[in-house]
Amino acid sequence: MSRIKECFKNLQADGQTALIPYVTAGDPEPWVTVPLLHALVDAGADIIELGVPFSDPMSDGPVIQKACERALKNDVTLDSILDMVKQFREKNNHTPLVLMGYANPLEAMGYEKFAKKAQAVGVDGVLTVDMPPEESDEFLRLMDGHDIDTIFLVAPTTSAERMQKIAQHAKGFIYYVSIKGVTGAAALEINEVTAKLEEIRKYTSLPVGVGFGIRDGRSAAAVAEVADAVVVGSTLVRCIEEHSNRPQELPAAVASLLAEMRHAINARDLASVSA
Amino acid sequence: MPDIQIDDYFKNYPDELGHFGPYGGRFVGETLMGAIYELEEAYKKYKNDPNFQAEMDKDLADFVGRPSPIYHAENWTKKLGGAQIYLKREDLNHTGAHKVNNTIGQALLAKRMGKTRIIAETGAGQHGVATATVAARLGMECVVYMGAEDVERQAMNVYRMKLLGAEVVPVQSGSKTLKDALNEALRDWVTNVDDTFYIIGTVAGPHPYPAMVRDFQSVIGREARQQMINTTGKLPDTLVACIGGGSNAIGLFYPFIEDESVAMIGVEGAGHGLQTGQHSAPLSAGTPGVLHGNRTYLIQDAAGQITETHSISAGLDYPGVGPEHAWLKDIGRAQYVTVTDTEALDAFHELTRTEGIIPALETSHALAYVSKLAPTMSADQSILINVSGRGDKDMHTVAAMAGLNF
Repeated sequence: MSRIKECFKNLQADGQTALIPYVTAGDPEPWVTVPLLHALVDAGADIIELGVPFSDPMSDGPVIQKACERALKNDVTLDSILDMVKQFREKNNHTPLVLMGYANPLEAMGYEKFAKKAQAVGVDGVLTVDMPPEESDEFLRLMDGHDIDTIFLVAPTTSAERMQKIAQHAKGFIYYVSIKGVTGAAALEINEVTAKLEEIRKYTSLPVGVGFGIRDGRSAAAVAEVADAVVVGSTLVRCIEEHSNRPQELPAAVASLLAEMRHAINARDLASVSA
Repeated sequence: MPDIQIDDYFKNYPDELGHFGPYGGRFVGETLMGAIYELEEAYKKYKNDPNFQAEMDKDLADFVGRPSPIYHAENWTKKLGGAQIYLKREDLNHTGAHKVNNTIGQALLAKRMGKTRIIAETGAGQHGVATATVAARLGMECVVYMGAEDVERQAMNVYRMKLLGAEVVPVQSGSKTLKDALNEALRDWVTNVDDTFYIIGTVAGPHPYPAMVRDFQSVIGREARQQMINTTGKLPDTLVACIGGGSNAIGLFYPFIEDESVAMIGVEGAGHGLQTGQHSAPLSAGTPGVLHGNRTYLIQDAAGQITETHSISAGLDYPGVGPEHAWLKDIGRAQYVTVTDTEALDAFHELTRTEGIIPALETSHALAYVSKLAPTMSADQSILINVSGRGDKDMHTVAAMAGLNF
């Protein structure tokens, strides 16, 4: 069983919602990433999305754009990120890791080479923002052949027909983008999210995570009410930005922000179990 | 090299998913997929609709001033001593370049789709001006994204857009040039996808843009093909056009693709020279990858990060190129060459002095290549160059090279 599947199975057995933080690999400096990943796990991360920086992140808002720029200034590459994963796995063999980014760094390495290396170092899933199912045949075949889950996005603009198609190709979980916009933009509208999740679940039995627009414990708990996983990105990356001049303090600071969301989600989960 | 039946080209490219061989396609975030399918449906519906065609033809005639003439550059032909040189005068279009052929088409489509807001990206500002122009005429809100560096370099075009009622947003991210303007326009589109139509200025972006922009620009080649037959009694031997994203080149080339006797040459910007790394020549010195919604040749590093480009002409200063050009290169139907900043600048002065036509710096790249090519051909052969735009916008750049400041 894949780490992602097992993770959701255990959480669901306990009536818990997964918490998935996103951080950009190598931001603000490459050495910070592995200690930061461990700190996130200690603060309650169930799965981690590790961003692969790209020079032209067209689906991201300014916060993650700047994170990409900081990482690229340090010559972070897909290769060096896979090394970070390898290092992380020396101490942690249970937390699923998902690489999230854009198609071109994968194209440059070659899908097959990437699939082999990623499997070897312990990557569990990959989410490629600008590669819809239409363009994914070869990619899906290779990821599947190396036991890497392919996670796809569903958006407020996704039609029922497309949802069906995405559900056929998706593995691990489905990531629902809660707002029309780039990462870190507006606040999400919980009623709309609820309605859309009901629709998505008609087509898939995979867990559904919700991201974009989750800023604090309160919004995290509200999303936990309806989703299987809460994804939080820009809020954490903003904290990384604020600490970019004192990176030693950064893992603890980001972890405490995540812990606050963990507590809010746990309180909600507990209330829901006892109710 | 893939073995392709050129006779079947029109029928086969792109395929229904927007692929030109391995190039093209639709590489965008899920939020935009719905909008791209909606656009494709609308385009399919209207492109053969007689009312749409009639409105487009009328605008191209009365508003743009089409057909643009072809001009036999006799002085320059004589001076170079070789093939007869003909110029397709897109510089005579309203707003000064070929860009308006496409913005008229897309804006009419936007209107029929019920969109009320237009966005665009621009480098030199020509596409921005052409978009602001049609938006003003159709009474639509218009926002143009432009790299902060280009806003500085092209102050006159920024002012023109503002006069036309457009909002010009300087883009501060990345390298602050055209590619970043495109990123920002895509971000706007994701956020305002319900009421907004994104008018892409070149044959790049996700399907259907490369095919749609090509179709709108193909009026150039259709006219020129007939004009050459009328004037010289035969097809030209060689077509030459400059390539940034490649919209003026594909507009000229496309109607000639199945005429196998006609050679097609695209001229990219070698900037300070290919060996310096400071150029904008993805077809000549790049590798395939995925950017801005399609797979094509890109200027990138080994890790797949897009690297900075340079060209004296802002309109060529882009790290990618339309996917159809990538395919035409691979199948050997078109040839792609490069010309440096200095060579382009020399050709700019040459045409200005010999023919009394001040060309855009983009166009000057095509001219520079012809100044090398024409003498190798015979006087009974002909070269047709697409004069994609006029040089008014480049006065500051050219004057600055001569140490002058207005």
